[in-house]
Amino acid sequence: MTGNATLIRLLALIHKEFLALLKDPRSRLVLIVPPVIQLLVFGYAATFDLKDIPYALYSEDRGAAARDLVAAFDGAPAFRRVATLHAEGEIAPLVDRRDVLMVVHIGPRFSADLQSRGSAPVQVIVDGRNSNTALIALNYVRAIVEQYDRDWIASHGLQAPPARLETRAWFNPNLESRWFFIPGILGMLTLVVTMLVTALTVAREREQGTFDQLLVTPLRPGEILLGKALPGFLIGMIQGTVILLIATLWFKVPLLGSLPALYAGLALFLLSGVGAGLLISSLAVTQQQGLLGAFLFMVPAVILSGFATPIANMPPLVQNITLIDPLRYFLVILRKVFLEGAGFDVLTSQLWPMAVIGGVALLLSGWLFRHRLY
Amino acid sequence: MDDAPILEAVGLAKAFTAGGRRTQALDGVSFAIRPGVVTGLIGPDGAGKTTLMRLAAGLLVPDAGSIRALGLDSTRESLAVQAALGYMPQRFGLYEDLSVQENLDLYADLQGVPHAARAERYGELMHMTGLAAFTRRLAGRLSGGMKQKLGLACTLVRAPRLLLLDEPTVGVDPISRRELWAILDRLVKNEGMSVLLSTAYLDEAERCQAVILLNAGRILEQGAPATISARMAGRTWAVSVAGERSRDLQVGLAGQPGVVDALAQGDHVRLVTQAVSDPAQLARLPGLQEARIQAVAPRFEDGFVDLLRTHIGAAGSLRDGDILVDGLPRDADAGEAPVIEVDGLRRRFGDFWAVDGVSFEVRRGEIFGLLGANGAGKSTTFRMLCGLLPASAGTLRVAGLDLRHAASTARGRIGYMSQKFSLYGNLSVGQNLDFFASAYGLAAHARAERRGWALTEFDLADYAGQLAADLSLGHKQRLAMACALMHQPEILFLDEPTSGVDPLARREFWRRINGLARAGVTILVTTHFMEEAEYCDRVAIMAAGRVLAIDEPAALKAAARSPGSPEPSMEDAFIRLAKSAETQEEAA
Repeated sequence: MTGNATLIRLLALIHKEFLALLKDPRSRLVLIVPPVIQLLVFGYAATFDLKDIPYALYSEDRGAAARDLVAAFDGAPAFRRVATLHAEGEIAPLVDRRDVLMVVHIGPRFSADLQSRGSAPVQVIVDGRNSNTALIALNYVRAIVEQYDRDWIASHGLQAPPARLETRAWFNPNLESRWFFIPGILGMLTLVVTMLVTALTVAREREQGTFDQLLVTPLRPGEILLGKALPGFLIGMIQGTVILLIATLWFKVPLLGSLPALYAGLALFLLSGVGAGLLISSLAVTQQQGLLGAFLFMVPAVILSGFATPIANMPPLVQNITLIDPLRYFLVILRKVFLEGAGFDVLTSQLWPMAVIGGVALLLSGWLFRHRLY
Repeated sequence: MDDAPILEAVGLAKAFTAGGRRTQALDGVSFAIRPGVVTGLIGPDGAGKTTLMRLAAGLLVPDAGSIRALGLDSTRESLAVQAALGYMPQRFGLYEDLSVQENLDLYADLQGVPHAARAERYGELMHMTGLAAFTRRLAGRLSGGMKQKLGLACTLVRAPRLLLLDEPTVGVDPISRRELWAILDRLVKNEGMSVLLSTAYLDEAERCQAVILLNAGRILEQGAPATISARMAGRTWAVSVAGERSRDLQVGLAGQPGVVDALAQGDHVRLVTQAVSDPAQLARLPGLQEARIQAVAPRFEDGFVDLLRTHIGAAGSLRDGDILVDGLPRDADAGEAPVIEVDGLRRRFGDFWAVDGVSFEVRRGEIFGLLGANGAGKSTTFRMLCGLLPASAGTLRVAGLDLRHAASTARGRIGYMSQKFSLYGNLSVGQNLDFFASAYGLAAHARAERRGWALTEFDLADYAGQLAADLSLGHKQRLAMACALMHQPEILFLDEPTSGVDPLARREFWRRINGLARAGVTILVTTHFMEEAEYCDRVAIMAAGRVLAIDEPAALKAAARSPGSPEPSMEDAFIRLAKSAETQEEAA
């Protein structure tokens, strides 16, 4: 009878967990609405690409060469001219007020110098307060000026410069940062939801006094663990799938690699997320502590995962800490599968650390269920 | 002082809405309280006692009606009212990390007591509460009774004319309880203070000069407690049959026509009849042909139960006590082998021994009570028995096993009902029953059968679809008990199963417990209600982590008999034991 009874008990617990989660309209809402909103917000908002950079033109030259350069800027979709200046004194207030990100200054002798000496300076004044944006904007300017040079050389039959940069971006030919971000969001959002579902579950029962009641039933700690882990795991799986569909169908991020490899990664990632959530839950006495614990885990987990800033840029000590961050491994898997078309062969080195993290966390929380009781 | 009422309410109503459900906490309550007396506000949890107190203190705004305290409108002149009266809520806000003196200073500062007047007032209060020796101790390190006394002292730093006390004695040990009452009596007599005190202990009502009986937001009755008990004159009896256990006798009597109340009380059954009766009439009741029948003085509780029955009708329908036996192995002769054995059990938290050498045995089919105040170590003992807490030392055996290390199937033989009626609030009644049945491994067919049994037996059929969180306290208690019985356990652990429920629900509960014990179920129950000990076969009286005495209730009471108190109550017995333990300790 034991095998059968175990199954009955386990199913009852899982059924109860789902009922408790889905019956309350508020908790139902928490599972669905925030992830969708976050996905849309991140999908559209989290991007390194600059569009419509507001700039001002201060051209003191009315020559044809200057006009061509201005036309090149006006024609570029990344730039939008918001002001045309007539005196040097007008530059500072515009930049100060953040009306423009940069000012292109073409000196009075630009066309003449270009004709007579073969080269002429173009001054670009950039608002450096956000260094990242400034660098990206400068890159765009450099690309426009390079193109301008090439056209000039071609039309004037001049000799090309000795060495020329020829770039090809692999995996993301147009360097769209959305392709970089959205796979990462899949990892981040599934982590958030599984953590919220699992981190509160034991703490809630402790608060209501029902956890003692569970412990005196024949349910074994392992069964309680499984019953608590599975709902979070399944909800994470469903959510991961929904985000995957939105990412590929709505945001058109190419999915080149092996889907089974991606799901294997998701499963192990959820295992470690559920493990961490249950660990927090078994340590927390109240739901508030559980929630706080979940955020204490999630914020560093996201920052240290390489979601936005590369792990390679972090100090060596911090790089070592990232080794216990499951999101770190899953992000690699996501990006490799989405953009590089990787399969299982490449990903083993990322899969086993998550399995270890998940296993250790689950074992520890199972032990804590029975030993941390007061 | 003239005789104008010091607190007066007219048509007071207040409702709360939570989770889309509206609860009418007070429904058209009118009363007038005389100055210079202790008035008791009596009723079960959820009757509206706290709401009434908070309205009087101007902390809530009534939906309808008005309430005036000390001649001021509590609602419109709330600041003036709060400055003039003293209010001690159920959980008084003592700062546990401050010393007794610092707590007093803080409340004196908050209430603007002039520095010059403090020394004298502190002296009086500390003397009155007996805390003078502990002024430097941290409040968190005081016992439950001492905390209540300190709370009272803090409320009294500025000698209010009207004192509102919300359940000041709940869970407090009997000695401290008596001391609290002595303080109140002195306040009323010497300082001319008026006191409104709420309580769920019915024996306390008899110490009040006036009582207001509240039930479900309405006043059942108000007046002097003596007039309420006087109405029961000629209707209260003590009956006993030689050779029959009083709880067996009680089962036969409860619910008989003409019987309002039947209570096991040690070696006899306390019987309350619907009309004035005489022994010859009573002897006609089933099982009483050979009985010894004696008239006894009516108590306040008899009057309260009678009132509840007439007002709520037969809602708490008392039926034959045998119903529960259905599905349980009927077993008349309880075996002598102990089912629960505890020997030298100890448990330490930090440097504090919560349980310090407890030993007892419980036989099969026995109702065994652990009686003691909050902090006596009952719950800790209980949790160790259930395997929820490891013991620091000693041995314990439940059905021959230590549940902490036993196989999971062993846990299937026990039922457990905790203090907080641990239910899943956002699941319905039916879902709760199903879950607990499945958690004990009941398959679909058996589950449905037990569910049907639980719904009928506990009168829950009408509530099957309702969320457990929305049930009344009495129904929650029934559901919690049903959940604990789904798998027909051999041993039942009950932790404070009746705290806060009304006397009728408490009676119904004990009737079920009796039925179970008759069927051979071993029952271990903890309680801080002294009179509940009377319903047990044997009781272990606990204080400060130790067992003071283990015996049958009648024997415990008999030991406390003295020329001064020929008919001692369970509380008298408790106090005598606690005091003699104290003197022994001092002598040692």
